[in-house]
Formats: sequence, structure tokens, C-alpha cells
Amino acid sequence: MIALLKRDLMLAIRAGGGFGLSLAFFLIFTTLVPFGVGPQTGVLATIAPGILWLGALLACLLSLDRIFQLDWEDGTLDLIATSPVPLEGLAAIKALAHWLTTGLPLVVAAPALGLLLNLPAAGYLWLIASLLLGTPALSAIGTFGAALTVGIKRGGLLLSLLVLPLYMPTLIFGALCVVRGAAGQEALTPLLLVAGITLGSLAILPFAAAAALRVNLR
Amino acid sequence: MNSIWEYANPRKFMATSAFLLPWVAGLAAICLVVGLVWGFFFTPDDFRQGSTVKIIYIHVPAAIMAVNAWLMMLVTSLIWVIRRHHVSALAAKAAAPVGMVFTVIALATGAIWGQPMWGTWWEWDPRLTSFLILFLFYLGYMALWEAIENPDSAADLTSVLCLVGSVFAVISRYALLFWNQGLHQGATLSLDKEQNIANVFWYPLVIALCGFGFLFLALVLYRTQTEIRARRLKALIAQERMG
Repeated sequence: MIALLKRDLMLAIRAGGGFGLSLAFFLIFTTLVPFGVGPQTGVLATIAPGILWLGALLACLLSLDRIFQLDWEDGTLDLIATSPVPLEGLAAIKALAHWLTTGLPLVVAAPALGLLLNLPAAGYLWLIASLLLGTPALSAIGTFGAALTVGIKRGGLLLSLLVLPLYMPTLIFGALCVVRGAAGQEALTPLLLVAGITLGSLAILPFAAAAALRVNLR
Repeated sequence: MNSIWEYANPRKFMATSAFLLPWVAGLAAICLVVGLVWGFFFTPDDFRQGSTVKIIYIHVPAAIMAVNAWLMMLVTSLIWVIRRHHVSALAAKAAAPVGMVFTVIALATGAIWGQPMWGTWWEWDPRLTSFLILFLFYLGYMALWEAIENPDSAADLTSVLCLVGSVFAVISRYALLFWNQGLHQGATLSLDKEQNIANVFWYPLVIALCGFGFLFLALVLYRTQTEIRARRLKALIAQERMG
């Protein structure tokens, strides 16, 4: 399983595209927002938490169809399925690899983009904490969605239709945590709820993703 | 001893549903006509809301059925996953568009009522928003059915989606309560209250509710029959080609 993780990370780094692309998307998305809503720093400061969370979420979404698609096309997935590694483990590893290559860079980049959007100083800690605890849930949910749609040609749009509603609770609590943190209010409750959703997703969704993969590999 | 699993046999299901369908449809028509006519024309106007209150006879039953349709899909999906009865999977497929239409009806009537009463068509209230989310779940579920060619894989994958989606739908519901204070009034009908609303409004509402329930049942039976026939037709065409 560690070999699988290494392989996925190597592919993401060496094949190019996957690693930096979602980060670049995050940057562009955040840069475009002031053009849409105007450069008033007051307005930007109020919407910054939501924009940063939305940007991270969409950047995650964009890289989802890569999770299984290439392995599915060249038959690697069939090979792994016949190997002793359980598919549940594969799903968990894929989610972890996706988080390491997409979620973690987003967490690191988010404070810098927060500066661009004039996020109040009190919010940075909560921004990092909520993204750090919330993005694994995005990866796990996304892996499940990718497993569902792996057999479908051009499943990218369908994937977003399936995954985005599932992202909603994470987004609500994550953004709420930053909003409250930035306003100097109590922000621990939404943070804990984000962590709860992440833990729940990590516990349940690899099994659901493996079930979907089995159907698709039949 | 007859058990419900007999209807897992498509032929048995077809025979029974063909017998039931006219009765259920008739009951739906009678209940809807009686409930709605009574509600619209023979109940007094509310002293604050005027005649707009009468939209309740469509809004509340549609909303209740929209949620229960998803619940029914959850149960039939579970039955499919556990016991692999095709009728069950097809019933889930048949119920999805009906549930979605009920969701749209609830949203639309709510907007029509909200405009004069709240002064807005739409408000990001937890109840309204969760219905919008429910609508999105229906859309995704139906899109997944459409996208997959192999009917058994489609049934499997949509069932998994339905199970996971149900969990997230419940989480979303409570997340929304946390997120925004509501403008929507509390539940109109609850089982644990002595009297929900004044009797003049209560009787037609219950009849309309029964009407929507029977309507849902009739539509699902009818659509499931259609699905089974379509499946048979496909098998026949495949047979022709082979032979």
C-alpha cells in the first residue's frame, strides 16, 4: 500500500499538470473575485472566508477525475484489483494521495491568498486549521465520486453534479469557522464539526468507493 | 403464507400492480379533488394571510411526499443491494423523477406564497435551502442512472449513491440549521401535537395529503410497470438479434 502511495505521488509530481495545476487554479480563482465584486477592501474582507473555501473546494473538484481515470484506462486498476491489496485500501490510499497533492498545497497557499483578499488577521489561524481538517473530507468524498463515475466516458460534469451536493456540509462548517474566527467570535464549534465530518467520511467512504469500484470492474 | 418478497417476481408484481393501479389512481383523484376543492373554496380565509393560506393544500403534501419519495428510494435501494430484486431497483428508478417533481412543486408554491407574505421569492432559510439541496440530489441520482449503460451496474451504483447521499443529506439538513436562522415557520403537521391547526383547515389538508400519497403510489406503480416492460422489450430485442 505504501508502494501504491509512492507511485501515485511520483506520477503526480513527474507527470506534471496534476500537482501545480489545482494550485494555479486556486490562485486564478481568488484573483478573479475582486474583478467580479469590486476592489473595496471591506467587501473583500467579509467574503474572503467563503471565497477561499470555495476556491479550495473547486480546485479539489477539478483534479478528481484524475484519481481513477488513467489507471482505469490503461488497466492498472484491474491489476490492483487482483492483487492482495483490498480495494478499500486502494480507495483510502488514492484519497490520501489526492489530499497530499491537492489539499495540502491548498492549505499552505491559502494564507497568502487570504492576504490578497484582505482577510482580517484573526482569521488566518482558523483558515489554516479549518482547511487542514476539512480538505481530507473533500478528498475522501471526491474519491467516492470518482469511483462512481470511473466507467463513464466524459464523466467530469456528472462527477461535479454528484460530488458538489456532498461537499455542502463541509463547506458550510469550514467557511463558518473562518467567518467566526475573522470576526473574533467563538469558532471552535464549527471547526470540531468539520473535523467530525472528515473523520466520518474517512471511516465510511473508502468502503462505498470500493463497492462502486467493484461494480465498475465487473 | 404470502410475503412481500413475492412481488420481487416481476410477473407477480405486474399482475398485482395492474389490479391495484386503477384503484390507487381513482383514490388519488377522489382525494385530490375533494381535498383541494374543499380547501380552496369551502374554508375561511386566514385573518392575517387572507386567501394565500390556501396554497398550504398543495405545498405541505408536496413537500412531505418529496422527502418520503427519497426515503422510499433509500429503502428500495437497500433491498436491491441486500437481496438483489430487480423490481426494487426499478421502483427506485421510477420514484426519482416523481420525487423531483414534488420537490419542484414544493419550492415553486413556497416561492409563490413567500412573495406576498415574506416579501421575497427566495430566502436562504434552512428549510428552503435543504429542499434545493434535495432537488440537486435527485438530479444527480437521475443523471447517474442515465449515464450508465449496463442496467445492473447502474442499479448498483445509484444505490450506493442513494445510501451515501442520504447520510450527507441528513448532515446537510442539520448543517443548514447551524448556518442560518430560519424564516420558515415550524412544521405545520407533527404527530406529537394534540391539534396542529384548526379543524376547518385540518380535514381538507389531511385529505389532500392522502391524495398526494395515493398519487405518488399510482405514479410509481405505473412507472415501475413501464420500466419492467422496457426491460422485457430490451431482452426480446436482444433475443431476436441472437436468433
